[in-house]
Amino acid sequence: MDPRLNIIDKRFENVKRIIAVSGGKGGIGKSLTASTLALILTKHGFRTGLLDLDFCGPSDHVILGIEGVYPEEDRGIIPPEVFGVRFMSITYFAGYNPVPLRGGEVSNAIIEMLAITRWNELDFLIIDMPPGTGDPALDIIRLIKRVEFLVVTTQSRVALAVAKKELQVLRELGVPVAGVLENMRIKEQSAAKEELSGYEVPFLGSILFDHNLEDALGDARELLKTDFAIQLEKIVIANLIK
Amino acid sequence: MHEWALAESIVFTVNEEAAKEKLKDIALVKVKVGELQQIELDIFKFALENVLPLSSIPLDMARIDIEIDESTLKCKVCRNEWNFREAAGKLPEEESEAIHFIPEVAHIYMRCPRCGSPDFEITKGRGVWIDYIEGER
Repeated sequence: MDPRLNIIDKRFENVKRIIAVSGGKGGIGKSLTASTLALILTKHGFRTGLLDLDFCGPSDHVILGIEGVYPEEDRGIIPPEVFGVRFMSITYFAGYNPVPLRGGEVSNAIIEMLAITRWNELDFLIIDMPPGTGDPALDIIRLIKRVEFLVVTTQSRVALAVAKKELQVLRELGVPVAGVLENMRIKEQSAAKEELSGYEVPFLGSILFDHNLEDALGDARELLKTDFAIQLEKIVIANLIK
Repeated sequence: MHEWALAESIVFTVNEEAAKEKLKDIALVKVKVGELQQIELDIFKFALENVLPLSSIPLDMARIDIEIDESTLKCKVCRNEWNFREAAGKLPEEESEAIHFIPEVAHIYMRCPRCGSPDFEITKGRGVWIDYIEGER
């Protein structure tokens, strides 16, 4: 028996809500949503953690402009607080190097990270998931019993097709879905709301494509001023912290 | 793996298994630790002494036997086999420490000594597991 599995529950016992920000496709804004969501929750006074679980393509540190910080070692690993957010990422251990891991190794690395990280008391832990419903998603569902998913999609029929598959998997596994967020909307009408209406999950809202967002990347304060963040904040207030 | 996390996880697991199997006394807990975890036994013993008061069943260091499982790494490209110990001595301290916390990052810092590929498999010597628990009902 693997003793690490028994400590994972303890690591989350003082975390009130755990939200995995996921989505079937890459490039639809999962990491931006997860990072900005963590900043918004912190701004509203919630004790928030952010865990970048995209081991092969970690990017939250790039989005938030985090560098030169490291976890504290105290009976495990305590993630450093950056912009008020407790932030954990494989980049502390991998630096700027690529991380060439196969599926089983990703699972082992996830177990290890969950077992050693001490989050202490949090109102929200936001997990930035890699794309898809492969090993990382199944591991998080298996290992973190109270996790709920926030599914990000775009209007693209490609993203929607994969979002449907993810919602099917979550429904089959009985995993709660906090809601679906439509990102990068360019058409007047929302496509996701209607397309995903049959899945009986809350539609949180849609965010218009923000042409100026790229310029704010790497600066958490500027990021919070973007149209993207302002729209996301309204959605968060209406749906997650009301 | 971090020694404190390992110590805590062993105590919680033994407690859970003891409750499940209705054990009143623990005689021996056999723990196997992969070489890649790079556990420092002195730190582990210190951590264990500190977390043992959390145990719901009497447990002490004398009843915990730790065995280090030697590693075998196998290159998926040229099929060469080697072990972590041989290669670890050449790693800078910060890279070795990173592997201690998350052993999979070995794929970042190590290469097959024969062909230089990072695409290798850790076939042995990774992970932590409780092999068996001996006790009385």
